[in-house]
Formats: sequence, C-alpha cells, structure tokens
Amino acid sequence: MDVIINGERRDMAPHTTVADVVRSLTEENSGIAVAVNDEVVPKAAWAGTTVTENDRVDVLTAVQGG
Amino acid sequence: MSLPPLVEPAAELTVDEVRRYSRHLIIPDVGMDGQKRLKNAKVLVVGAGGLGSPALLYLAAAGVGTLGIIDFDVVDESNLQRQVIHGQSDVGKPKAESARESIEEVNPYTKVVLHKERLDSSNALEVFEGYDLVLDGTDNFATRYLVNDACVLSNIPYVWGSIFRFDGQVSVFWNEYGPNYRDLYPEPPPPGMVPSCAEGGVLGVLCASIGSVMVNEAIKLITGIGDPLVGRLMIFDALEMTWKTVKVRKDPEGEPITELIDYEEFCGAVSEDAQEAAADSTITARELKEKMDSGEDFHLVDVREKNEYEIVSIPGATLIPKGEFLTGEAFSKLPQDKQIVLHCKSGGRSAEALSALKGAGFSDAVHVGGGVLAWVNQVDPSLPTY
Repeated sequence: MDVIINGERRDMAPHTTVADVVRSLTEENSGIAVAVNDEVVPKAAWAGTTVTENDRVDVLTAVQGG
Repeated sequence: MSLPPLVEPAAELTVDEVRRYSRHLIIPDVGMDGQKRLKNAKVLVVGAGGLGSPALLYLAAAGVGTLGIIDFDVVDESNLQRQVIHGQSDVGKPKAESARESIEEVNPYTKVVLHKERLDSSNALEVFEGYDLVLDGTDNFATRYLVNDACVLSNIPYVWGSIFRFDGQVSVFWNEYGPNYRDLYPEPPPPGMVPSCAEGGVLGVLCASIGSVMVNEAIKLITGIGDPLVGRLMIFDALEMTWKTVKVRKDPEGEPITELIDYEEFCGAVSEDAQEAAADSTITARELKEKMDSGEDFHLVDVREKNEYEIVSIPGATLIPKGEFLTGEAFSKLPQDKQIVLHCKSGGRSAEALSALKGAGFSDAVHVGGGVLAWVNQVDPSLPTY
C-alpha cells in the first residue's frame, strides 16, 4: 500500500496506523503533530487511526525559534 | 469562518491620522471603522526578537493604538542579522527600549508600554490584562506553553509563529473559537531534540515571512475582516518556497487548562538524565585550560555541528556531533584509555552527550560547563562568539 509521507511515496503494510508512521520516522512521540490529508490527527487518536492507500501523511516537528 | 471584530472602534481619527492611514481608509473592508478599531486596539508582543521585530514595526505602522512589549534581553550583535527593529547603535541596550525608539520613529501615535520583566507563571495573567490579543515571537517552548495557557485563561486570541532555519509555522489559537496550542502539540519535544535558533541557526528573512502573516492575522482579528487563521496551521518552507495549510481541531481528549504551571519543569530545559550525569562531572573552561597547560592526557570532543565548529572551536577538540552519542556511533571513535572531555556551545548538548557516554561505560568523562562560550569569556576573549 502506497502512502505519501512528508511528500515521499512509501510502501506501508496494510492497517498501518498513524502511530506506526510516526514510529517509522522517529523514536520520539512528543513535540510532534501529524496531519493526514491536511487534517491534524489528535495525538490520542494516532494509535486508532489507520492510513489508507494514497493518504498524504505529514509529520511535523514543533519548532521553538522566534 | 468569519469572526466578530475583537475591538470596538475609537471615537474618531484626527486629521493627521486620516492623512497617515489614507491607504487603509480607502480599502472598503477596512475603512474608517476598521482604522478606528486599530486605533483602539491593545496588542501585546512577547519577545522583541526575530518575529517581534517585523511584527512590532508593521503593527505600529498599521496604526495599532497601544503596543505592549515584553522582553528582558539586551540587543546582541548576533541579533542584527534578522531583528530589524534594532540597529548597530542599540547593541547592549535593552531590546524593549530599543524597540520603543524605533516604533516612535515609525508612528508617534502608537503608545508603547514596556514590560521589562521575565514573563512567568506568577505575572503572566496580570501582564496580559487589558490586552486584546497576544502575538508571540519568543524563542523557547516553556514561554510558548505559558503564553498559550495564559491566553486561554484570559480568553484572548494567541497569534503564534515559530521559525527554524528555513522552516516556519504560524497559526492563531483562540480557545473560544477553535483549538489552542496544546491541541496541536500537547507536549513539548524532549529536551535536546529540537535545537533553538541559537543552536541551529535561522534564515534572517524568514522572520519577515512568518512575522508578516502574524501581523496580517492580528489586523484581521482586530477589525473583524476576512477568514482568520483560527483552526488552521500554515507551514512555510523557504527552500521549496511552499506554503502548506493543515486543519487543526480541538482535541476532544485534551486536558482542560485551568491554571498556570511550572513551564520550565514541563519543558525540562535539560533532561533529568543529563542533569544527573553532569552533576559531579562538570569542569569550568578555566579548569579545561589548566588541564591543557599541565600536559594532562585527555581527549577533548566538541559535540556541536560542523558549521558551528567552523565558526569557533577550542584548540585540540575533535568534532563528533551530539547525535552520534545518542545513537552510540560515537563510542567506537573514542580512545578507551584516556579521559573524555565533552563541550558544546553552552553546556546543554554536552550534558546530554555525557549522559549517553557514561551509560556506555566512560565513567570518568566530564563536560565543560558553559561550553565554548565560557571558553571565549574566561580563556580567550579574542575568539568570536555566535
């Protein structure tokens, strides 16, 4: 199943969750926001939200600079 | 989604003000009514730095009647690459005062209120009182969560922007009408994971890209025009030159904000492991110099990034970035029979690396408190700082 993660097409297993996508990118899970098809998924829903073919998943890191 | 204007209009504009704001007045959506609302508006800008600089200048020029500035820092030469409200002759001056002088020149009709204290949980609600909205351009997570929570408790909109290298994020958090910062980022990243601009750098002009959006949104909220950036996050990539917008909703499981907390603790300036590792294993820059002068056999490692090492470094230091300590890659590059001495820019990253190093069995390793900045201050002031 192809999913577009941060702009790059990647092959992910069926039933992959948002939490799985985050884990595939980083060991951290705080200071991160995830948008699926341009909508932020609240952190509490990561584990229960599965991604489907051609979903666009953007994993954002909080930045502090000003 | 359009929202009602945040501010009631002032009674009138003077003849001078009409002349000054004529290019606003002839826009039908702003007009007399919008300009009078701007005149009556009280905006607090937290941080007169990278984002605060363009924000303050444009808010003043736009005719915002009262601008509060909260900043306890002084202007440093390394600020001038992006903090355009300050100039060469302001170096060493409190930023709040320097900013006020620039604003008075841009628009003498704007009243400036200075808050020179450090914003914290004990004073935030008091400082925010009387302001219609807060625009945040601070440089650390602790203050950002503090400002968010205080805005929620004060029920005022929080115009938020943050920047790093070539990337910017900007949104408006307003709990009454949409999500707040915690709905987007419930917790800060672990200490040390996300570098600050002082550690990682920032493209100066990025402050204008993000700061101008922040002012744009403040003006819309004050005058009640357009579609405010409530519930939407804009993400700017200056290298790709793209803006991306994502929707943000209130997190139904988010903890309600009922009081201000200890934000330093919440964000953990340095992780507990690092604090513990550094507790009895920190030497001063002078002690490092003494070790060198007495011919002691040790291995000095700089855990910063390559470009920082090129700006200034301590003689004899080998570069191995902190990340390699966290992954464990660094350990095989280190001699087993010598004491390891770590340093970074100011001591935070080297403490993190020290914790990993001690965990790998290098029990006599130490780090230099204050890092290369302390070395320049205490040992060799002829070197540059950054």
